[in-house]
Amino acid sequence: MSDASDARSYRHGVRAVVPLAIAVFGFGLSYGVLSRAAGMGDVAPIVMSATTFAGSAQFAAASVLGAGGSAATAILAAVMLNARYLPIGVTVAPWLEGNAWSRLLHAHLTVDESWAVASEGHGRWNPRVLIAAGAGIWVAWVGGTVGGVVFGNAIGDPNRLGLDAAFPALFLALLAPQVRDARPGAAPGVRVAGNVPLIAAVIGAAIALILTPFTPAGVPIVAAGAACVLGLRRRPA
Amino acid sequence: MSTIWLVVIVTGVATLALKATGPLLLGGKPLPERVTGVVSLLGPALLAALVAIGTFAEGQKLVIDARVLGVGAAAIAIRLRAPVLAVVVLAAAVTAAARTLSG
Repeated sequence: MSDASDARSYRHGVRAVVPLAIAVFGFGLSYGVLSRAAGMGDVAPIVMSATTFAGSAQFAAASVLGAGGSAATAILAAVMLNARYLPIGVTVAPWLEGNAWSRLLHAHLTVDESWAVASEGHGRWNPRVLIAAGAGIWVAWVGGTVGGVVFGNAIGDPNRLGLDAAFPALFLALLAPQVRDARPGAAPGVRVAGNVPLIAAVIGAAIALILTPFTPAGVPIVAAGAACVLGLRRRPA
Repeated sequence: MSTIWLVVIVTGVATLALKATGPLLLGGKPLPERVTGVVSLLGPALLAALVAIGTFAEGQKLVIDARVLGVGAAAIAIRLRAPVLAVVVLAAAVTAAARTLSG
């Protein structure tokens, strides 16, 4: 791939991620505020944002610790929430180039938002868009966390600002194009009966809601991935 | 080591291990067509689960509260092809307004 095309991909990644990064900065603020309130102190939340770099898992860990839960429970909740990164990592793996360190950096910067922005459809991902978008999200997430820790008490209750509802709204906005583009026969050589991604989305949501009262936080989201077995129904035309 | 730092370090290492398993162990190997068909559905399934949980779950309880109005407004904005930032701000504003009005 040419340098000009590379630069275009990086710019596209940055441009596409700006609205998401602004939203993520807001989540970072609320994470800084909440984790500090949960007794995690000033430095640990910032280090966790830079290393774990996964909002829902960090919120889960903070709330378990804040409620007096054990380290093991907090870790388990966070890791289960992040289990989706195993299949997500597998989806981007074929499109990454370079040595192990480069692939490790790409892996670290793979989060829900950068993964969605870098998707080119039909199981293809652009690694340059992925790393540019991921870096933008990382800066916003860590910066927001620092802001939340520093200005913690001035911000007040993040739920009062409706930030908790901004979370599902963000994921709904990411979901919409994935189920909208999947028309029957959209992929060459593949015949699809109905809008399979939409069906998978509905089943995934149903699994998550049904399991919520009976399983620890995070498990319903991982279990929703079972809806992907619908993909086995695809047959070459 | 304190409980907090144990959580920070173990979660960080485990998360990177989850993310890096595909890129480091599979490298540039393309996935078989059948596998691609399956993993391409993981996105819609997991994102929909995150939407459902984020809208209705409060701990292990399912509740209908102000978030439903915010996410409903977001759905309409997405339908009208509004930018993501507008969608997110609208959801937060509607939810915050509903909470204020309901005391």
